[in-house]
Amino acid sequence: MLGFTHADYSAILLSVKVATVATLLSLPFAFAVAYLMTYRRFRGRIALDVAVNLPLTLPPVVIGYLLLMLLGQQGLVGKLLLQPLGIKLIFTWKAAVIATSVVGFPLMVRSIRTAMEAIDERLVQVSRLLGAAMLDRIITVILPLSVRGIIAGSVLMFARGLGEFGATVIVAGNIPGVTQTIPLAIYEYASSPKGDVMALSLCAISICISVVVLVFHEYLGRRITRRG
Amino acid sequence: MELRVTVEKNFGRFLLNADLSVRGKRVGIFGPSGGGKSTLVGLIAGLSRPDRGIITLDGETLFDSSSGINVRTEDRRMGMVFQRPSLFPHLNVKGNLLYGYKRCAPENRKIVFDDVVEVLNIGRLLDSGVKKLSGGEKQRVAIGRAVLGNPRLLLLDEPLSALDDSLKFQIVPFLRNACEAFGIPYLFISHSLLEIRIMTDQVLNVVNGRIVGQTTAEALVRSRMGDSMAGYMNLLQLSAPRQVDALYAYTWGGQQLFTASGDDRPEGLFELSSTDIMLFKSHPEAISARNLLKCRVAGTFQAGNRVGVDLECNGNGRLVAEVVRQAADELGIRAGAEVYAAIKSTAFRKLG
Repeated sequence: MLGFTHADYSAILLSVKVATVATLLSLPFAFAVAYLMTYRRFRGRIALDVAVNLPLTLPPVVIGYLLLMLLGQQGLVGKLLLQPLGIKLIFTWKAAVIATSVVGFPLMVRSIRTAMEAIDERLVQVSRLLGAAMLDRIITVILPLSVRGIIAGSVLMFARGLGEFGATVIVAGNIPGVTQTIPLAIYEYASSPKGDVMALSLCAISICISVVVLVFHEYLGRRITRRG
Repeated sequence: MELRVTVEKNFGRFLLNADLSVRGKRVGIFGPSGGGKSTLVGLIAGLSRPDRGIITLDGETLFDSSSGINVRTEDRRMGMVFQRPSLFPHLNVKGNLLYGYKRCAPENRKIVFDDVVEVLNIGRLLDSGVKKLSGGEKQRVAIGRAVLGNPRLLLLDEPLSALDDSLKFQIVPFLRNACEAFGIPYLFISHSLLEIRIMTDQVLNVVNGRIVGQTTAEALVRSRMGDSMAGYMNLLQLSAPRQVDALYAYTWGGQQLFTASGDDRPEGLFELSSTDIMLFKSHPEAISARNLLKCRVAGTFQAGNRVGVDLECNGNGRLVAEVVRQAADELGIRAGAEVYAAIKSTAFRKLG
């Protein structure tokens, strides 16, 4: 179909895989950070806020390079943690997951946080008065009432993950069949003399996936509204 | 219930400095809006923390700044009903009602689900989503949810203020019945003297962050009669209405009262101002007022330049009328005297 090579198919699959894993991996952390930022007053709150949002404003290439420095063989984490454990991240699809997670994380946190801030403070107080301790409150009140934000954040991050290029190309490289995702494949086709048709085909696939994701988001949103 | 509170909390422009000690089941906290009533209750519930002070309930210390005790809100076992129902939107009525019950230790679960549903008459709502309920239904569910948490003390923070008048007095019996049936002591916070009178026995008067008085609801109303153009409001529970021509005839303590307003419900709460009761020394032969009651003066009290007159009508009914001092002298109004009280049928205002 469309004359895709084996490497093209794996690029499509890998894109979806990386975006999915990065989104699922980020969810609990993003929820925790959003909770801290909304409900807790602590020292270093502003520093955390800046750190979380930094990837939003930094060029992805910068993030990729910093991750490479950190996780590479000579990097702090790479040398002290990954090497002794025999884990190799750089130039694998896992590195692409990490790059995608870091870049998309602030989008997810923002979305969840906005939802949490919109929760009526009274409801949280009522749950306390009725005997719900912190974890109980989070699970039975805050989580269900911020579920729209969680879904929106996940969709946003997934969509952003599909398009991740700058950070991924640095930490994971552009190895066809191994770490090459759709954007990287398009880049390669676009820079080869007769690759226009293939680049456009992959663009079409990208658009299709995005449309499916957005329709799914809309569907979930409506279901929740109807149920409520 | 025995509650002792000595707390201080500074909000910059506003200082709450309250010192109170109350025993009883039906305690009111009365005062103007912005006087610190809700803040005080928030401190008792543990929703905010006093700068310094002590809070004890039935001998148990809930907060003590000097020894660093601060029992968490979730462990204080206080039920609370706010102005808005604040129901959990993601749970149905049943889920809301049971939220506190499930979290209450089994040995404390004295009030059970079916009883509360019956007292509040919310059986047919159990499976509905909370967004579909009317304002009054929502507040009833909120009351049920707080009661089912089996609290040691119920904090009612202006629970009727957001409801319109007719709805308000439909909720009142439910609220009273629930607290009485299950024996829950409560603090009832309100800026409405009428609500305070209906709901409480003792009253703490809170003004500008301080407790300025501790009295009974009745004494509070009498003390304010002199300042109020509206006079003293008599509250009458009337029953068994019949329609007679254009009026309603209600039964009140073995006699009949004619009112211009009314409905088919078997009981109704009516308000009657002391200024709307006209007193005669002897039977007036012909008057336009539809109600003429033979009463005995049980006593009088001073309120500004007016005299409040306690009337006993046919034994069990009591009313308070008011006259200016000269009138009291001319009519010879003193304890034991007999007078006739004339009341227009339009003077009765139906509350609920």
